[in-house]
Amino acid sequence: MSSERPSRLFRNMSAKIAAIPMALTALVVFLGGTAWTVAYSFTKSKLLPKWDLVGLDQYERLWSTKRWMVSIENLAVYGAGMLVLSFVLGFVLACLMDQKIRFENTFRTIMLYPFALSFIVTGLIWQWILNPDFGIQHIVRSAGWESFTFDPLYTADWAIFGVMLAALWQGSGLVMVLMLAGLRGIDQEIWKAARIDGIPAWKIYVMIIIPMMRPVFITALVLVTSGIIKVYDLVVAQTSGGPGLATEMPAKYVYDYMFRAQNLGQAFAASTMMLLAVMIVVIPWAMMEFGGKRRG
Amino acid sequence: MKALHGMLLGSTMSVAAMAGMAQAADIEVMHWWTSGGEAAAVGEFAKAFDATGNHWKDAAFAGPGEQARAIMVSRITGGDPMGAFQFNHGRQAEDLIEAGLLRDITDIAKAEGWDQMVNPQSLLAGCTKDGRIYCAPVNIHSWQWLWLSNKAFADVGVQTPTTWDEFVAVAPKLREAGIQPLAVGQQSWQQTGLFNVLMATLVPEEVFLSVYQDHDADVAAGADVAKVFKAAADAREMSQGSNLQSWNEATALVINGKAGGQIMGDWAQGEFSLAGAKAGEDYECLPGLGVTEVLGTGGDAFYFPVLDDPDLEKAQAELAATLLKPETQVNFNLRKGSLPVRGDIDLSAANACMQKGLKLLAEGKVLPDTNQLITPDTTSQINDLFAEFFADASMTPEAAQAQFADIIASAE
Repeated sequence: MSSERPSRLFRNMSAKIAAIPMALTALVVFLGGTAWTVAYSFTKSKLLPKWDLVGLDQYERLWSTKRWMVSIENLAVYGAGMLVLSFVLGFVLACLMDQKIRFENTFRTIMLYPFALSFIVTGLIWQWILNPDFGIQHIVRSAGWESFTFDPLYTADWAIFGVMLAALWQGSGLVMVLMLAGLRGIDQEIWKAARIDGIPAWKIYVMIIIPMMRPVFITALVLVTSGIIKVYDLVVAQTSGGPGLATEMPAKYVYDYMFRAQNLGQAFAASTMMLLAVMIVVIPWAMMEFGGKRRG
Repeated sequence: MKALHGMLLGSTMSVAAMAGMAQAADIEVMHWWTSGGEAAAVGEFAKAFDATGNHWKDAAFAGPGEQARAIMVSRITGGDPMGAFQFNHGRQAEDLIEAGLLRDITDIAKAEGWDQMVNPQSLLAGCTKDGRIYCAPVNIHSWQWLWLSNKAFADVGVQTPTTWDEFVAVAPKLREAGIQPLAVGQQSWQQTGLFNVLMATLVPEEVFLSVYQDHDADVAAGADVAKVFKAAADAREMSQGSNLQSWNEATALVINGKAGGQIMGDWAQGEFSLAGAKAGEDYECLPGLGVTEVLGTGGDAFYFPVLDDPDLEKAQAELAATLLKPETQVNFNLRKGSLPVRGDIDLSAANACMQKGLKLLAEGKVLPDTNQLITPDTTSQINDLFAEFFADASMTPEAAQAQFADIIASAE
């Protein structure tokens, strides 16, 4: 091994030189920026960063702030709901699409279309659809059902589901397309073999197809989870965190404290907590994924 | 994240600076005046500034002031400063001044004699840090106004109230008739503003000052403030069902008689004039909610980032001087519905409501604005508290007051 190393290092020199800018960007901008943010979360920086250490004060304040706790809770509800529903919806849609139906292209385009819209546009559209004065409630009421009430965005307990509805509308199409690609990658022979054995269709999906689609599931998982953790623009456009604190999200807390409240220290503490949360999820997964491969 | 942001902004800056070189006397002015009355007022500034041979490049931000401020700050700290920007003077710009990002305009203020004619002088104090002046105050805005629709009260057959308590008493009647008693936009700055108005008017003046100026947590937890929280709970009750966001939508309800009243700063005046409504006939305005006639002296001011182009610096100086010229002050404030920052100009063209304000100003019945007393950090915490309080009818005034006292205790 050790005698091989130098030659490996100098093999393909031109390619390695070409990769230096990218490597530097990754190291300086991403790692450096992250380290800087974490370091300054221990200071009492206000509008501008100032090296004035206060220990864990910012974290103590963060965890005793009601708004932060509500944000975490919202993220958990939204995240769990999004993950489960977008996978179920995406997979079921993909299976339906896979039944050699007519106009598949048309349906696929329709399903994927919302994904082409930004979260801001999605948020505004759904704000209007869910507005009781001229959205769904208004339409149903003017059709004759006078007592019909549907105003999730104006009811604190339901507002987060209103946001989730919009996110599902926007994001399920992508999961569907990924799943569909995965289904198409399954060898038709497997279907034939399973049918000859007389296994029911649902069992084929659950026991054979889904395990075979593991890489697709992981890709979709990474895309959906990262979307969940950084959700910000959707909430801003749709509810601006309201009513009250009902749809506040951690990313919005960071932004608001960074720019509006002019309290960088607090914002950095919050973003460090977000980073920590991501790492808790990602590191065990990465070790399993990549660590396993090396051994095998 | 932040570092990357700065780098990206930095690179756009150098491009922008090169593009800006050609027309040196173009000053980009950022502000958040976008409602009808506000836009008309800012047009007066642009006209006056263009008359000096320079050009006012308007960069209005449509959205709440706090978002606009976030964008302005990120542009300045990111190294892409505009020519001038609007802030509420007070502690919002404190850190920018300390970091040396804002231009010291003391010499211009001296040359124009601001220390003689700015009235009340506390406005200039809000622009001063360590004896140097950093901003040009352009108007006085007071929060302490109750706007009432005569039509709404006539519809239910009662006299238009003359005090807050009378208003609370007739609110159920309005509700029965399907009229929204109190219109409040669901943005936390409006809800906090409403609370601060109640605090400034319903209890003695010392309470407001000891809470916000001295950050006295005992007073904030005390009996007087408890009274204010009870009144805020009344206001919450009266505002149930107003599903709107921005303040001018709420004002529009009052103008059309669909809502009984609104507690909003004197900038609402601009909307009434724009809609052609007449004070005393179509609507009533009660300074200090008709209880304690007092006005806060908050307001808007323009700050000037440090630039290294002498042409632009000269234009900045001309802009600062223009903003406080007597003629500009009259034209701007009549449109905006705010009070002028100088006591030596003729505002006889002002309507009945503004005359009331001018009279209070002349009598010196003024209070500092909360922006001058507490940091944006504290303001933000209080905003979060009231966002929750107004949205959640099950939150008791006592629970909210306990949280409020905690925030005041930790205020700087």
